[in-house]
Amino acid sequence: MNSHLEAQGLTKTYDGLLALEQVNVRASTRQVTSIVGVNGAGKTTLLRILAGLDTPNEGKIVIGAKMLGLEELRTYCTMVFQKSVMFGGTVYDNVAYGLRINGCSKQNIQDRVTMVLAMVNLNGFEKRKARKLSSGEQQRVAIARALALEREVLLIDEPTSNLDPANAIIVEQIIRKSAESRIVLLSTHNLPQARRLSHRIIHLHSGRVVEDQDTASFFANPHDERTRLFISGELQF
Amino acid sequence: MDHREEDGVLDLISEGVIRAIQLILSGDPEVYGITALSLFVSISGTLLSSVWSVPISAALALRNFPGKRAVKGLFNALIGIPTVALGLCLYLLLSRSGPLGLLQLLYTPYAIIIGQCVLVTPIIVSFTTSALESVDPDLRTLARTLGASSRQTDAVVLREAHWGVILAVIAAFNRAFAELGVAMMLGGNIRNFTRILTTAIALQTAMGEIALSIALSIILLAIVISLSIIINLARKSPR
Repeated sequence: MNSHLEAQGLTKTYDGLLALEQVNVRASTRQVTSIVGVNGAGKTTLLRILAGLDTPNEGKIVIGAKMLGLEELRTYCTMVFQKSVMFGGTVYDNVAYGLRINGCSKQNIQDRVTMVLAMVNLNGFEKRKARKLSSGEQQRVAIARALALEREVLLIDEPTSNLDPANAIIVEQIIRKSAESRIVLLSTHNLPQARRLSHRIIHLHSGRVVEDQDTASFFANPHDERTRLFISGELQF
Repeated sequence: MDHREEDGVLDLISEGVIRAIQLILSGDPEVYGITALSLFVSISGTLLSSVWSVPISAALALRNFPGKRAVKGLFNALIGIPTVALGLCLYLLLSRSGPLGLLQLLYTPYAIIIGQCVLVTPIIVSFTTSALESVDPDLRTLARTLGASSRQTDAVVLREAHWGVILAVIAAFNRAFAELGVAMMLGGNIRNFTRILTTAIALQTAMGEIALSIALSIILLAIVISLSIIINLARKSPR
């Protein structure tokens, strides 16, 4: 897979309030692209639109050379949420869910579940009750569940905001590994994390892209004053 | 209540308990027939009502449409409908001169089933809607990101709320099993045909057969309580 995702001119309003305004995003395979910004900047809204969960008022999304509608987007993208939500049942049931509803064979499901659980260091957890796991383990199950589908785009929303540092490191390693074969878009307000993981960083502020640079330039030479203040921790909002 | 009256009541209860045990152990055909008919009409009424009540609940909990709040409010209000009033309405519909008189259902077990269906529909709809609405909405979103269709997403919610749905159906069964007004007005309490536990209890009490009434009440309560215990045990057992 050698593809890219391009969102052009995305605008979204909720009850008349502007959440995103003319947002352009480009992300490539084998790269982690981080969307950073303060709470309420529009990061989650952007990811939800890219995941096909919300319809933008304006704009289009292209993956490869194909412009995608809401339904199609859900066949290209999958999303891991800030709060890891588990279905009732075992870890196996959770990871296998997407594969089952997409009509995979039993053997294929079993093979892929084993593979992705190994990828997130949860081998042997298949029969454990998913809701009884720690929050760090649940977040890893959530990532495994998304990876099992082998979609081209993985969208991850604030993946470590509820985790302790040890679990955060494990999740970061998994994100890095995930990006080896797909487009990864990561939403975070954790700048050190964005620096560690990303190839490219986009700064969203009040629903607008105010900075879009490779990671090194983003920190060394921000063009926008708000980005400079955000990096130094002085941004008022 | 003086001591003599208290003793009288206690005697009646103990006599009723003994009579209940005797009736159950002796396999009294009338008591077993009444109990079987009670179970038949209440189970039929509840299951039949579930056929439309659960989909209605799913629509109320998972879809948006104009007037949704009013419909939910209506079902909630109808939970407390007096059974006698409902019985009268259905009586007028099913009576020989009524719009459904041609079906000749009045004073048959089927009339009781129809009445109980109508009676328990608001209970199943309201309780099931509430159970479905209490499911974490993020689960729906999650299912969608994993490629679930609208129907598969609904199935996720139903699966999550399945105990709530079962409890709604059990509550409806208990209501149907223990109600009197509809069964009396639509069934007519005809011996060996439409007589069920509640109508038999009312009749025996009116006839002064208090011990027999207590015996039948004990059977009624035993069934309701046993069902609740079974459901609770099933719910707590490891899955």
